[in-house]
Amino acid sequence: MTGQELITNEEENKKRMKSYVTGFILSIILTLIPYVLVTYRLVTGYVLVASLLVFAFMQLVVQLLFFLHMRQESKPRLNLMIFLSFFGIIVVVIIASIWIMQHLNYNMSLVQMSNVMQNGEGF
Amino acid sequence: MTKSTIQTHHKDHQEAITSDKTVFGFWVYLMTDLLMFAVLFAAYSVLHGNIFDGPGGREIFNLPFALSETLILLTSSFTCGLAILAVRQNNKNQVFLWFGITFLLGLSFLGLELSEFSKLVKEGNTWQRSAFLSSFFTLVATHGLHITVGLFWLSLCMIKMKTQGLTKGITRKLTLFSLFWHFLDIVWIFIFTIVYLMGAL
Repeated sequence: MTGQELITNEEENKKRMKSYVTGFILSIILTLIPYVLVTYRLVTGYVLVASLLVFAFMQLVVQLLFFLHMRQESKPRLNLMIFLSFFGIIVVVIIASIWIMQHLNYNMSLVQMSNVMQNGEGF
Repeated sequence: MTKSTIQTHHKDHQEAITSDKTVFGFWVYLMTDLLMFAVLFAAYSVLHGNIFDGPGGREIFNLPFALSETLILLTSSFTCGLAILAVRQNNKNQVFLWFGITFLLGLSFLGLELSEFSKLVKEGNTWQRSAFLSSFFTLVATHGLHITVGLFWLSLCMIKMKTQGLTKGITRKLTLFSLFWHFLDIVWIFIFTIVYLMGAL
């Protein structure tokens, strides 16, 4: 290994060290803020739920960038592409499940079903 | 350039490609694992209201406890990154130190989780109590199982490293382990947010 390579390696390592420390500090902050929001009820209702989700996704991005080094990936960025496509599938799976099951719960509650049966409409 | 340097260059290049391929394959595995967790999350979000007159999240979740679990796992993810940095610098002692800390933090996380589970079971809130508890135990214990597998994997790598030193094969295995460990930390963030923080509302 030539001296030049050693220096660039050292610089690269310093950069990575900085990236880990920044990621760690940001992650702690992004964990503590939602915890404080919940324990002291600084906001309530849908705003609280939405802000909790926003902080979780911010931490996801922070850890992808600073711990998994997704910025430094060389082209073609297959890791990023497959992550994004799986992310799309996951969003569909989660949102569609909640949506479908809520409608099922709403339209097929026990009370409603027994009403249908009692009124003789049948299925 | 002599013939042998060309050959070593060629070999290095080939090795870089194989290692890239291994990382990519492992990344695809992680994404399918993520999909499995997503399905468990979906099941939990659908079922979390079905408490069947049992306890809800607010009664059984202890937020400071969950926060300490989160911080422990986060720190272990950080020390795992420092260990990989030591691998890059070829500093064996530092690798042992940081991976040792990672292992202990992972173990204490697992201990906290198991104590939480045993407390719930002792109080009669088992996975058979309600749909909410079934989905809770499935989601959180699947994550705990991954952590257990990760700890076994890490200790095997450490034993191999002790006997063989930092060979290319072990370096690659440790790189894959670090991806796995960071991934588990990311999944836990969502468990902390969706199960514990939202459950306590």
